[in-house]
Amino acid sequence: MNDAFAIVAILTVSLVTLAVGAFGLRISRTTSDFYVASRAISPALNASAISGEYLSAASFLGVAGLVLARGADMLWYPVGWTAGYLILLVFVAAPLRRSRAYTLPDFAEFRVESVPARKVASALVVLIGVLYLVPQFQGAGLTLRTLTGAPSWLGAVVVALVVLVNVVSGGMRSITIVQAFQYWLKLVALTFPLAFLLVHWRRDGRTTPGLHATDWIEPMQGHYAMYLTYSLILATFLGTMGLPHVVVRFYTNRDGRAARRTTVAVLGMLSVFYLLPPLYGVLGRVYTSDLIASGKTDSVVLELPGRLLGGSAGELLTALLGAGAFAAFLSTSSGLVVSVGGVIGQDLLGRWFDGVTAFRIAGAVGALVTLGLTLLSSGLAVAHAVELAFAVAASTFCPLLLLGIWWRGLTARGAIAGLVVGGGLSASAVLATMLGASPAGWFGAVLAQPALCTVPIAFATMIGGSLLTKGRLPAHLGQTMVRLHTPEDVELDRGNYHPEGAVGG
Amino acid sequence: MVAWRWLRPGHLGTEADRATFRTLHTASLMTASLRTGLTTSSAERSVKHLRSLLATPAVALTDTQGLLAWDGRFGHHAEQTGKLAERAVADGGTTIRDRRDLGCVDPACSIRKVVITPLTVEERVVGTLQVFSSGASAGLVRATEEVALWVSGQLELAELDASRTRMMEAEVRALRAQISPHFVYNALNAIASFVRTDPDRARDLLVDFADFTRYSFQRHGEFTTLEEELRSIERYLVLEQARFGDRLAVTLRIAPEVLPVTIPVLSLQPLVENAVRHGLAQKAGTGRITILAEDFDREAVISVEDDGVGEDPERVRRALAGDVSMDSIGLGNVDERLRSAFGDEYGLVVETAPGAGTKVTVRVPKFAAGVRP
Repeated sequence: MNDAFAIVAILTVSLVTLAVGAFGLRISRTTSDFYVASRAISPALNASAISGEYLSAASFLGVAGLVLARGADMLWYPVGWTAGYLILLVFVAAPLRRSRAYTLPDFAEFRVESVPARKVASALVVLIGVLYLVPQFQGAGLTLRTLTGAPSWLGAVVVALVVLVNVVSGGMRSITIVQAFQYWLKLVALTFPLAFLLVHWRRDGRTTPGLHATDWIEPMQGHYAMYLTYSLILATFLGTMGLPHVVVRFYTNRDGRAARRTTVAVLGMLSVFYLLPPLYGVLGRVYTSDLIASGKTDSVVLELPGRLLGGSAGELLTALLGAGAFAAFLSTSSGLVVSVGGVIGQDLLGRWFDGVTAFRIAGAVGALVTLGLTLLSSGLAVAHAVELAFAVAASTFCPLLLLGIWWRGLTARGAIAGLVVGGGLSASAVLATMLGASPAGWFGAVLAQPALCTVPIAFATMIGGSLLTKGRLPAHLGQTMVRLHTPEDVELDRGNYHPEGAVGG
Repeated sequence: MVAWRWLRPGHLGTEADRATFRTLHTASLMTASLRTGLTTSSAERSVKHLRSLLATPAVALTDTQGLLAWDGRFGHHAEQTGKLAERAVADGGTTIRDRRDLGCVDPACSIRKVVITPLTVEERVVGTLQVFSSGASAGLVRATEEVALWVSGQLELAELDASRTRMMEAEVRALRAQISPHFVYNALNAIASFVRTDPDRARDLLVDFADFTRYSFQRHGEFTTLEEELRSIERYLVLEQARFGDRLAVTLRIAPEVLPVTIPVLSLQPLVENAVRHGLAQKAGTGRITILAEDFDREAVISVEDDGVGEDPERVRRALAGDVSMDSIGLGNVDERLRSAFGDEYGLVVETAPGAGTKVTVRVPKFAAGVRP
């Protein structure tokens, strides 16, 4: 059986994930090392955890597939997914941490002091979470099909089940060390085979006309390329800050300064990681260009070792890649299901069930609905599908965060209007695209990459709505702004709060 | 929705009944804002309801010197309300001024009289209610006085809320100063015993002692992070361990994800002090204290457990209810502060029985809308 390695690798990753979720990683400290017990998580570890949770199927498989099929323009995907953290670093990271909000709905409630705004934000978290989950499940199906020939729905069901069992058996805690380990696993799983492949290519010296084709090597080719590219840039640059599973990780930072340091480290880690997938894409262009015709470009990362090296070396490397891919699906999916389940559990089911039960029901519903949507969806390229979730995040939470932090004038009604309009427009476009609608002409381009239209509309609505309701600024606006923008170690009258490290404690 | 119900005939009784309901409903709309005290924003939010209650062209709320909020027509009278208020405060009772006092020359203005009634809290005038109308019937004067009385009642309740908060703050201050003299004496004795045999350890312990007292005596801030509180608890345990030696075993298991959680200052330390006391007192051999902090997505769950002699649940209930004669340091105070910061569902949970040890569990939300500096 030549796919035994792959099956063992996938089973191992799944079982380890389940075991860690069920038993937790209990780090016991006894009297001997007291002072270690309550030491905050360092920015480097936290950055690994954020990267581990962030690098999903889209990064692991999708980017290489898109580069293989469409060439230079697609490099904006990895660039944008990294640069999103630059925007986060400069404008959002520290103030968001200082707000002491845990989730995005928390931030909405904190900043505009309105429960309806919180509810709208909660609904959007669920929407973005589900949109982001669909490609993860889809990628899992594709991986399992490539490795073992099993039907695509099987992989989706496997990931859904693992995540489901994990969440229901008490995997509410997302353990930083485990997530941090996922980053290094993914990095190794991608680097190690690549080294073998590159050595082989160098010896082989093979080249193909496909590498020099103008529509592949030159940027801005095809219809509406200008619009599509800028829309993609906007969505990825601005969408990162609105991802529910990323934002909750910033809470673990000790203060605003640590949040910034963490973000810098994330930028470094992602920059290193994203060098790898495009290389797989280029190698795929040389060796597996038949995948373009069959439309299975997303599986290029998994196909390469078998095609180039063959034999048991190829199988081992394929198994390693498969394990890495499954780690990617599971870590991202778990983070998302926990975020989505938390929101549904607290804001929707909290009235009828106690906390833990509500969370479990919500997590199960979330995972199952997503599974249904995955089976219905039209099989968009994985990376493109993930980027559409970024487009919705960029059209909703990006204006909320940027205006909420940097503009005093944001009111509850303005924020709600912006969230509803931005979310409504972008989500309609995204859902239409995911279910297979692709009309010709400009309208089709807007549907495929809505961000360049919907982000400015969302900003305009939020600003306009706030200006119209100028008289209804939040009651504690002054305090809120001071808290967002004053470093923790500055001495000033903070009322009843005494932050870590303030002078004169 | 509400208006639609009123429109349905025969549903809510006679016209008189419905008028009563309307009045009560208007009053209830004002309660929330007035219960925050007499400020510009609470006055702005309640003044239009006051006008609908009195059915006059204009109503103003002032403090003792100037206008807080105005609702209604003929806004050119708004600037006179400050002077009217000052005179009414000096008089102390309901006064009626007419058009001559107002010096109005606008022919379109139908304001002829203004009824001014002081608002009092604990027999002290804090502001005035001013009703502008075309005439001052006995009925209007009576209605104005009654409404002013009701508003004063709400403001007194607000004052009561504020003094309750002040009392709780005073209790925290008392709690901070309440490091037990026994603890100080025992800690210093334990340190003294190391001075010759192990000077380095004695020095470390002294530094711990200094840091511990600094944290416990700090004056400002009602909230801190779990990290900071735990650090102080660790110092406390190190000092107790210097005294008890092997008799005190401690296990700490802290999920680092929950360290940034905001908690009321000194809300865990009293629990640990109680655990040490109950875990070791009246018991031969080793006492074990286990402190756990776990991450549950939106909440942190912190528990302090000892394997000591336990306690009668009824006595714990009394301690939580605030019975000061009980031997538990500030258990009731901790419980009350947690509830007032995070809501009633976040109180202390105490599991205990005679001979079975004690476990106190605290749940803390990672984000609480009510906790803002």
